[in-house]
Amino acid sequence: MHELSICGSIADIVARRAAGRRVTKIHVQIGQLRQIVPDTLVYCWSMVSAETQFDGAELVVDRVPARIRCRDCEETTEVGDIPLLVCTACNGISVSVVSGEEFMVTSMDLAEV
Amino acid sequence: MGRFHRHDDGTEHEHDHAHDHDQGHDHGGDQASAAALGDHTGYATGGERIQVLERIFGENDRTAAQNRADFAANGICSINMMSSPGAGKTTLLRETLARIAGTVRTGVIEGDIETSLDADRLAGFGAAITLVNTGNGFGGECHLDAPMVRSALPRLPLADLDLVVIENVGNLVCPAEFDVGEYARAMVYSITEGEEKPLKYPVMFRSAQLVLINKIDLLPHLDYDLDAFRSNLRVVNPGVKTIEVSARTGEGVDTWCDWLQAQLTSFRPQAATV
Ligand SMILES: Nc1nc2c(ncn2[C@@H]2O[C@H](COP(=O)(O)OP(=O)(O)O)[C@@H](O)[C@H]2O)c(=O)[nH]1
Ligand SMILES: [Mg+2]
Ligand SMILES: [Zn+2]
Ligand SMILES: [Zn+2]
Ligand SMILES: [Zn+2]
Ligand SMILES: [Zn+2]
Repeated sequence: MHELSICGSIADIVARRAAGRRVTKIHVQIGQLRQIVPDTLVYCWSMVSAETQFDGAELVVDRVPARIRCRDCEETTEVGDIPLLVCTACNGISVSVVSGEEFMVTSMDLAEV
Repeated sequence: MGRFHRHDDGTEHEHDHAHDHDQGHDHGGDQASAAALGDHTGYATGGERIQVLERIFGENDRTAAQNRADFAANGICSINMMSSPGAGKTTLLRETLARIAGTVRTGVIEGDIETSLDADRLAGFGAAITLVNTGNGFGGECHLDAPMVRSALPRLPLADLDLVVIENVGNLVCPAEFDVGEYARAMVYSITEGEEKPLKYPVMFRSAQLVLINKIDLLPHLDYDLDAFRSNLRVVNPGVKTIEVSARTGEGVDTWCDWLQAQLTSFRPQAATV
């Protein structure tokens, strides 16, 4: 359960960028190849942010599916729930990851000043 | 509400909020690609949306880069050893030190302390051992991060070491996410964990350059299908190197030590350029 410590990192980023303004929403992108459980992260955030300057700031998770590109047949395919790095078009295993490793704060909504 | 949409880079996803994608926006990359975030001005609540585009592990990764630079400046090859609890990291490390500590100047950063006995098991081989307290801060004790490893560096005689092995916390989830500044990652998997583990923890298995298949001495006593494990591993980390070992009988441990030597060799030219 590293979601708690990750919330600390998110708070650091948001605090620096918000520069004292009230934050209403934080948009976070999580790739499918990340070991971060969105629901757990949102839950931890609500716990950690309560009674801080971020009380009430909602964490909104944008899931990014994992996609791989096959070097053999050059197809780009989406992986299933278990991220098997096997081309679903030709069963090739010489693949590169196109997306799914994202983990970032993309934007945030600030209240009117 | 949610709009499923596809981006130019081929990624597609759903937003739980409506926003204008006419100008496209970047959902990947790093801060350098910040310019491309979409036009959210249509999302009027009276407030303001600002783009951030900061990697959440950015702070950890900056510290990891400092660790990596410090290792390199001292000519140290560092190996991050990861596993589930009880897979045999400490036992294997003990066997390893018994074989190499006389010729390779070795340090150990021990982050997997269940009892004080764990560290004692590594004493007496001439290696420099230091313990990391993972209990600080949020969610302690489930992984090592780069600042924890950094805190241990002043306690090691870095100038006098060639190899530093970092024994990570026994956990198949978190440690994979945290770069600690290592040169290579070795995973210790034991056959008592079952053949399905790579499919259950693909991110961890994918992040390793080497997978040690430990407790191989138990093979005759278990209903265990090594080929099934290998094919499960192959689909999450195609081509990864594996070594069958028994930290109990010593089988395969020399091959693992050879792998470590090979890391020392491949690391050196890289270190020289720092
Ligand atoms: N049979 C067998 N037992 C092992 C082997 N390696 C470790 N063990 C046992 O597994 C248990 C956990 O080992 P330990 O090294 O503490 O695992 P760690 O938590 O990964 O450091 C101990 O009881 C070891 O004696 C092995 O190769 N074969
Ligand atoms: Mg141990
Ligand atoms: Zn953790
Ligand atoms: Zn293909
Ligand atoms: Zn969005
Ligand atoms: Zn989008």
